[in-house]
Amino acid sequence: MILNVQDVACARGGVRILEAVSFSVAAGEAIVLRGPNGIGKSTLLRTLAGLQPPEEGRIEAPEDGLAYAGHLDGLKAVLSVRENLRFWADVFGTGDIAEALEAFDLEELADRPAQNLSAGQKRRLGLARLVVTGRPVWLLDEPTVSLDAASTDLFRTLVVRHLSEGGAAVIATHIELGVTGETLDLAPFRARPSEDGGSGAFDEAFA
Amino acid sequence: MRSLIVRDILLAVRAGGGFGLALAFFLIVVVLVPFGVGPDTSVLGILAPGVLWVGALLACLLSLDRIFAIDREDGSLDLLATAPIPLEGLVAAKAVAHWVTTGLPLALSAPIFGLLLNLAPGGYLWLTVTLLVGTPALSMIGAFGAALTVGLKRGGLLLSLLVLPLYIPTLIFGADVVRRGAEGLDVGPGLALLAGVTAGSVAILPFAAAAALRVNLR
Repeated sequence: MILNVQDVACARGGVRILEAVSFSVAAGEAIVLRGPNGIGKSTLLRTLAGLQPPEEGRIEAPEDGLAYAGHLDGLKAVLSVRENLRFWADVFGTGDIAEALEAFDLEELADRPAQNLSAGQKRRLGLARLVVTGRPVWLLDEPTVSLDAASTDLFRTLVVRHLSEGGAAVIATHIELGVTGETLDLAPFRARPSEDGGSGAFDEAFA
Repeated sequence: MRSLIVRDILLAVRAGGGFGLALAFFLIVVVLVPFGVGPDTSVLGILAPGVLWVGALLACLLSLDRIFAIDREDGSLDLLATAPIPLEGLVAAKAVAHWVTTGLPLALSAPIFGLLLNLAPGGYLWLTVTLLVGTPALSMIGAFGAALTVGLKRGGLLLSLLVLPLYIPTLIFGADVVRRGAEGLDVGPGLALLAGVTAGSVAILPFAAAAALRVNLR
């Protein structure tokens, strides 16, 4: 098991929204998170990424093995596509960005400043960052937002290749990606409202 | 970490106002003072050390709120927090980049501004020396303040209120060393205390700022 989640509960803004979430992902597998808006897909992914501690439960993941891609792509408007990728490659200590540029068909845009890209192109650049992280487990939050059909295909190909190379992915999405993998509906894990009418949640926000 | 420092400096330069903004602000403050207090050179000479240090402090403050706020807005902060750089290192790198784009140019160009305020001849060397020794503390304390306020939509004003009181020791010792230097007195103890404030800030605040960032990322 490359990622093992046991009885995890997580909170957003001090209010517990998910509890008793358990699943595991093996190398070469993807798991797709589903559920209505507000159920906590993003919160769960942020918890897995280590951006916030779980309220309860355990997350076992390889150290420095997770790559997180949220709603925002973390692009610098005044840097070119190449410079943006080069920066992340340097930070993650991988170095080679040619593969990432090719994976999302960004070669022709390589010298264009990120501020002049369309929304879909920015998203492609944001996802290309995953390739230069060189990390085995990808945590993807709505990765296909603003991608057209062709780019979604590029993304699908990339995920399939990543999985075949022994990687793993946890993907929150509303569309049918066509990536083979288990689907986890988060609706049954919705946290029960607390008995003290939420005042505990208030205290917690200030803890 | 080096790539982060290089990127931040590059961003400051490309986005405009990297090196120039703080310097221009400093220049305006220094030019305004003679208009305010009158052109009497002996009065200006007395005021010069204090005004130069207060000006440098305010110029430093100008770009503080951007240290983490921009990275949070575009999502880079989340991504950097999951990168193989410890948050303490991230804070330190950000503070270094801020110092290179504000404190360093201020320290190097300060003698020119001293001339505008009729600083006594003995003070020029010590003005540059104290700014070189003292401004790293300003950037580091500022990075700590920026980490505390990163989650707030309009954190800039709160940041100033939090950070300016913490600048007082640096201001007192910095301006005092310049004044004593201008009068030809011994500057040793003041300079040592100034360096002590900087060393203490650099040693402790990256950890405090990283803790503040962890809370604000939730």
